[in-house]
Amino acid sequence: MSRRGAIASTLVGLSTALGNALVSETIARKPGWLQSLDPRVKLTGLLALVLAAALSHRIGVILALWLGATLLGLLSRVSLPTLATRVWLAVLLFTGVIALPALFLTPGTPVLSSPDGKLHITEQGIVAATLLITRVETAATLTTLLALTTPWMQILKSLRSFGVPQEFVMMLNMTHRYIFVLAESASQMLESRNSRTVGILSSAAQRAIVARTAGVLMGKSIELGNDVYLAMQSRAFRGDTKLLTGFRMTSRDFLALSGFLLIAMIAIWLGRA
Amino acid sequence: MSYTAVFAAHNVDFHYDQVPALRQLSLTVQTGQCVALVGANGSGKSTLLRLLDGLCFPAAGSISFHGEPLTAANLADNKFFLSFRRRVALVFQNPDVQLFNPTVFDEVAFGPLQMGWNSAEVISRVDATLEMMGIANLRDRPPYRLSGGEKKRVALASVIVLDPEVLLLDEPTALLDPRSQSQLIDLIQNWRGTSKTVITATHHLEILEDIADRVAVLEQGSVTAVASPQQILSDSELLLRANLVHAHRHRHGDLIHSHPHLHSHSKHEHEH
Repeated sequence: MSRRGAIASTLVGLSTALGNALVSETIARKPGWLQSLDPRVKLTGLLALVLAAALSHRIGVILALWLGATLLGLLSRVSLPTLATRVWLAVLLFTGVIALPALFLTPGTPVLSSPDGKLHITEQGIVAATLLITRVETAATLTTLLALTTPWMQILKSLRSFGVPQEFVMMLNMTHRYIFVLAESASQMLESRNSRTVGILSSAAQRAIVARTAGVLMGKSIELGNDVYLAMQSRAFRGDTKLLTGFRMTSRDFLALSGFLLIAMIAIWLGRA
Repeated sequence: MSYTAVFAAHNVDFHYDQVPALRQLSLTVQTGQCVALVGANGSGKSTLLRLLDGLCFPAAGSISFHGEPLTAANLADNKFFLSFRRRVALVFQNPDVQLFNPTVFDEVAFGPLQMGWNSAEVISRVDATLEMMGIANLRDRPPYRLSGGEKKRVALASVIVLDPEVLLLDEPTALLDPRSQSQLIDLIQNWRGTSKTVITATHHLEILEDIADRVAVLEQGSVTAVASPQQILSDSELLLRANLVHAHRHRHGDLIHSHPHLHSHSKHEHEH
């Protein structure tokens, strides 16, 4: 952050977020195995596999689920570099930090000790850390596959057809929709500020600009929110959103759903403690 | 009692917090009329459209729709609300405000669904509207990925799908390139041909004759003149006072002179 500066980092972050969203939409519209399934099947099936990974206590079983998820990704035109950069590296970094203390704090058979003999990495610690990392990697891979291979609207429609309250679905929808408008707005504000800045600003000054931009953006988002509500009212919205859900399950979808659920159940059974 | 007026605003006052936006504004719009509201930025055009659409209400004075008072109490009545929303539609100046659905199809389907139409009717009407507006190719696209002109078309489609009697347009040609502007004007003209009432807020004088048969000039929240487009466009003093034209200074040989500056579609000329 300090080398590139707060403004440049925020701009890169915003542009990456917008770019990632575009990539997701492109992948979701490609012909692929997961893309061809009914979104409700994908939602149920992939979440069942996430549950199986979370409940399994055997690293081998979790790794098998992870390999299966990777294979599903390849069949659905999600490349290994996409999974590696979007999921695996990020998860490894964040979960690794959380898992690190487990190596030393979990009591058990020492595998490696510090020279003064006070710190020990235990066998049980390694297993606990590996379990945590593989579980999170697998769960994140599966949920990313759902997000990458399903247009956002279809995920929302699936949630509605599972009885999730429409107010909640509407809120998710609006958040997703306007996050891009606001991200674009923030990006333009920072670019405009950058273009009028002569010399190098101190880190503190740059952070102050980013913070001020966030404040202005907050004001804009409130105004935008009010206007959007009026626009909805103008088209007969009275707090009760009605959506079209035109999903139709085929025999292939039922087969895929059975497969997902069967694999999840087998994984839970094989992975029991 | 029979009414021919779609909207009748009488001595309307409206303010945002302490800042007055409309002052003693009176205006009557007859059925089938195409009225342009012209005025400089901040003259109250957008606010008036919002009041006419029943999105906010006067602090003083009254507005009626076909003789029915347009009040919060009346709009709380479900029957009146649905009937009014079905008959009156507003296209906002900023299309991003109006395009809140994930795909163009869902956007256009939003209004009909809120009206309680059945799914088959919604799908067929939306598809027909997308076709009519020449945006069928955008059907599954997310609105935030569209160009400015495409967004305006989708915003227009999202209200035209209801086939309203009255169309309120807030700066429909703002921020559009000349080609998109011309396409949009063609669309409005086609729609006008179906004897609907169209009220357009604009400060683009060059499109007045294309979109309106009556023009109301707004100055500081009040209507100060109502006449035909030709009469308004020929009243240089009024246009200058309302900040709709500016003094144009230029040189003829050694002589520097100034005159009100107004562009029309075909030519730019003035007497010397």
